[in-house]
Amino acid sequence: MKRQIPLIIIMTVGWVLMVSVFVPPFESWGEEASLFFDIIAVFAFFLGGGNLIRVHFTKINRKSEGWGFSVVTVAGFAVMLILGLFKIGGSISAPVDTAGTPFELMFRYVMSPLQATMYSLLAFYVASASYRAFRARNIEATILLIAAFVILLGRTPFGFYLTAWIPESFSILEIPNMAVWIMNSPNLAGQRAIMIGIALGVISMSLRLLLGIERSYLGGD
Amino acid sequence: MTFQQYIPIIVVGIGLIWIFIRSWRGQDVDRRIVFSFIGLTVALALIFQVMFGERATAIVRAAYDKIENLPEGSRILLSYDFDPAMAPEVHPMANSFIRHAMAKNHKLYLYSLWATGQTLLQESLTEVLEPEFPEKEYGKDWVVMGYKAGNEGVLNVIVTDIRKMYPTDVHNTSLDSLPIYDGVKSLKDFDLLISVGGGKPGVKEWVLFAGDRANVPVAGGSAAVSAPLLYPYYPRQLIGLLGGTKGAAEYESELIREYPRFADIDTPALRMMGPQTMAHVVIIAFILIGNVAYFRGKRKRRSEV
Amino acid sequence: MANSKNLMRIISAAVALAFVISWIFKSMNGMEDTTWLNVRQGALVTIAAFLTLSIYSFLYGDNPFYRFAEHLFVGVSAAYWMSLGFWSTIVGNLVPRTHPAIADFFQIAYSQDIPTYLRLIMIIPVVLGILLLLRLVPKVSWISRWPLAFIIGTTAGLNLPRYLQSDFIQQINNTFITMLPAWEGFGSFFSNFSFSASGQFAMIMSNIVIFVGVVCGLVYFFFSKEHRGWFGVASRIGIWVLMITFGASFGYTVMGRISLLVGRITFLFHDWLNIL
Repeated sequence: MKRQIPLIIIMTVGWVLMVSVFVPPFESWGEEASLFFDIIAVFAFFLGGGNLIRVHFTKINRKSEGWGFSVVTVAGFAVMLILGLFKIGGSISAPVDTAGTPFELMFRYVMSPLQATMYSLLAFYVASASYRAFRARNIEATILLIAAFVILLGRTPFGFYLTAWIPESFSILEIPNMAVWIMNSPNLAGQRAIMIGIALGVISMSLRLLLGIERSYLGGD
Repeated sequence: MTFQQYIPIIVVGIGLIWIFIRSWRGQDVDRRIVFSFIGLTVALALIFQVMFGERATAIVRAAYDKIENLPEGSRILLSYDFDPAMAPEVHPMANSFIRHAMAKNHKLYLYSLWATGQTLLQESLTEVLEPEFPEKEYGKDWVVMGYKAGNEGVLNVIVTDIRKMYPTDVHNTSLDSLPIYDGVKSLKDFDLLISVGGGKPGVKEWVLFAGDRANVPVAGGSAAVSAPLLYPYYPRQLIGLLGGTKGAAEYESELIREYPRFADIDTPALRMMGPQTMAHVVIIAFILIGNVAYFRGKRKRRSEV
Repeated sequence: MANSKNLMRIISAAVALAFVISWIFKSMNGMEDTTWLNVRQGALVTIAAFLTLSIYSFLYGDNPFYRFAEHLFVGVSAAYWMSLGFWSTIVGNLVPRTHPAIADFFQIAYSQDIPTYLRLIMIIPVVLGILLLLRLVPKVSWISRWPLAFIIGTTAGLNLPRYLQSDFIQQINNTFITMLPAWEGFGSFFSNFSFSASGQFAMIMSNIVIFVGVVCGLVYFFFSKEHRGWFGVASRIGIWVLMITFGASFGYTVMGRISLLVGRITFLFHDWLNIL
């Protein structure tokens, strides 16, 4: 039962969705299955939250190294969850993130700066890598660097001013035009090749799942 | 450019020469110096307000022209599919789309496949839509549908039946009591779908699960990181694309140029292009200096052998 | 060890002092209507600035301020997504299909025109969702495979037709384009020949590069045949096309990251320090 029921569920829901695309009378079946999926997705958020808290509680209980920071995680989680689930400071009919509610303020002044800053850290590492790691060691690396150069220059006004003197009949050599050409031609071709490769992978994996050939997700016992 | 706008260029130039000399001599430049340098470059360009003009590239202009040429009252869906980490790049795009759609008297439907998108959407309402277009009525000219969990699962429902996924708008009002939804059953009834994002779900999912399936044109605004991945869809499956701050700045410049009412609006993307340009030049200089030092060191080692 | 603890205490005290000073200044120079709102706004902006700088402190090295900010983010964002998910999708989609009294309690419009069986089947995702949560209970965690199977089945069923059509068939279709766009014969081509970005030559080159690039890129990914002879040449061209693609992606990544940095520095200078 542990292995058969998941297989039946996968094949049923997968084929229902497939059929619903091609056979209009079954359209609503596909809609219902997708709606179920969307609701289960929220439970997955809860599972994620629950798991996070479990991990950090274990750390706190065992007084593992850095357990004090786990308290921060649990406290942040608890405060945000109480503010959000009970809509503290807001009306029940208004959206949970109505402007000015404590929940929205926590988002705007705590979560938002933290997330934005964390990603912006990468700007520094990209700069450092540019200085230390990007070397034209061989033809491939040189091609990569030249393409990156043209894009970096071409996507700024500086690139435009640098080659603005080139006459219209040779305008393909203007850096911004070269950048546009790279994006629209070789980049498009390379991305498309990758895209087709990924699509083939997704299609074959989906087929394996729907036909019951792929069972690795069922785990061990 | 005024004299004070040259100050950051001079300071950064001197710094780069110093780094070049050190590297040329084979001396190490600490990574913290590199970090400080890139931070300083952006900070100086911001303080001294280095600014440049822009002109729209074809791929941005295509999105602009689509909104421009749709007949008045067309239905445009704008989806906020981003989080605070992408917001500096893509939020200005979303604001520009709102301005353009409202100025052209289209009907605007605001959705979100990211929870964060729903919260960030409010900034657009309080800073752009409500103050700049007070004559536009909620529920008649524009509506906020908000976030639903499920990524492409959401799209798979609304592509054939919006009410099944969204029984109400974000304020818990039934769609049947909103005039803007008269005659709208599914995404097939829209004239243009716009996704502004940069992750998953984002523009790609709107193309795959909505545009291609419902046969409705899709335009996109994407964070720079994922913009190159979307080019294979252009122009047949994706009619136009704004890539990163540059794409946002191009759209802003078109709006300012062609709509006198927007001449004095805040243009965050255009403002960002000054620091952006300076930082790009510094990164290019870093790559060049790094390579010069590398090849010089290599030659030195070879001659010593 | 004792020295580093003392140093940490001094730094923490200095940061706390700076925080208080910033709060006072922000509160005194606030633009809000009442003192209370100014004090609150001052505190919020100062907190945001403190957290921003805490994250940036990682550039110097790992430190408690960074770890504090990082841990706070994890907790807050998990709860944020849960709250939004609960109100938008659980309440937004389940409650209107349940009972008028429940819909009334949540002050949400009740969906009247739905047949009873559609109301009843909504129990399925709820049960599956609860089974998913049982993953947290080790003894019965195996049962979470059922909802997991539902998620996997839905994803496979959704993806298969869409990827087949949009990312495979349509992409092949988009690649087989005319090599000679706007072609009116050699005479017209040579008499109007130019290296203009919008000229016919550029368009022809573009279409050729797209076709050859896609084919060669795919050849490079084809590992069932040894990359030798003409196949090897095509594979080599494929690598070069992919290198240009990665170069373009690198350029765009730099662009994106710098934009985020500009965004954060703008916040620090404009919203916090008011120097912009």
